[in-house]
Amino acid sequence: MASTIRVRATASGNTTEVQALIQHPMDSGFVKDAQGQTIPPHFIQQLTFEHNGKIVFLADWGPAVSKDPYVRFSFKGGAKSDDLKISWVDNKGASDAITAKIG
Amino acid sequence: MHLAPALTRRLILQGAGSVALIGLGLAAVPALAAANDRYPEDAFKQKTDAEAIRVLYGKTAEPSDKVNLDAPEIAENGAVVPVAVTTTLADVTSISFLVSENPNALAASYVIPPGTTPAVANRLKMAKTCKVIAIVESGGKLFSATREVKVTVGGCGG
Repeated sequence: MASTIRVRATASGNTTEVQALIQHPMDSGFVKDAQGQTIPPHFIQQLTFEHNGKIVFLADWGPAVSKDPYVRFSFKGGAKSDDLKISWVDNKGASDAITAKIG
Repeated sequence: MHLAPALTRRLILQGAGSVALIGLGLAAVPALAAANDRYPEDAFKQKTDAEAIRVLYGKTAEPSDKVNLDAPEIAENGAVVPVAVTTTLADVTSISFLVSENPNALAASYVIPPGTTPAVANRLKMAKTCKVIAIVESGGKLFSATREVKVTVGGCGG
């Protein structure tokens, strides 16, 4: 049940501010572990935010985005109790999605 | 007469095959457009910031004081450097962040659809002291802002 995605979306006036925090190692592929083995790259490539079936924000990420990435943006429209769908997919094809309510 | 249905099916399959090929051909064309939904894999593989910008957008950026890049002067931990950009430019379609001395310069690129505020905050890794570059695509043109960030502990190595 525990999702990797934590979102806070707040509508005020006609804009909605969105803050998202995702649990992900975001391994760059340049770091070695304690045994001297290179940790292979493992990072989120795309993160999508949808409101009313329309993409309001799309992030293309490389491995230089920090571990447990955070992003903040805002968009026009969006009212309290609207659905905001967030999904990500990483370079290994893993993914996660969540639908949050705008508060 | 038994042959006829099989033949028809083969024809249909062939037809479907060529339609699929045409579809692929079309999808490959807008590779340079940053404002589409495809992950810009090649741009993320470029070593230098100039190359990454060229591969991502197919043009060069000019510095603009309308792009406001907020980054710390000194980052104590290169693994987590908070960086944000805002702009007063209109008609923004995309915002990208580059870290000049990272193994691959492009860190993140954001598609800004109409109605979304042209402002993004995120956290990036920095290998060492270098320039952080923000690119804003506005009205088909590129504008940039650059800040030097001193890194005391690099984000590559742990």
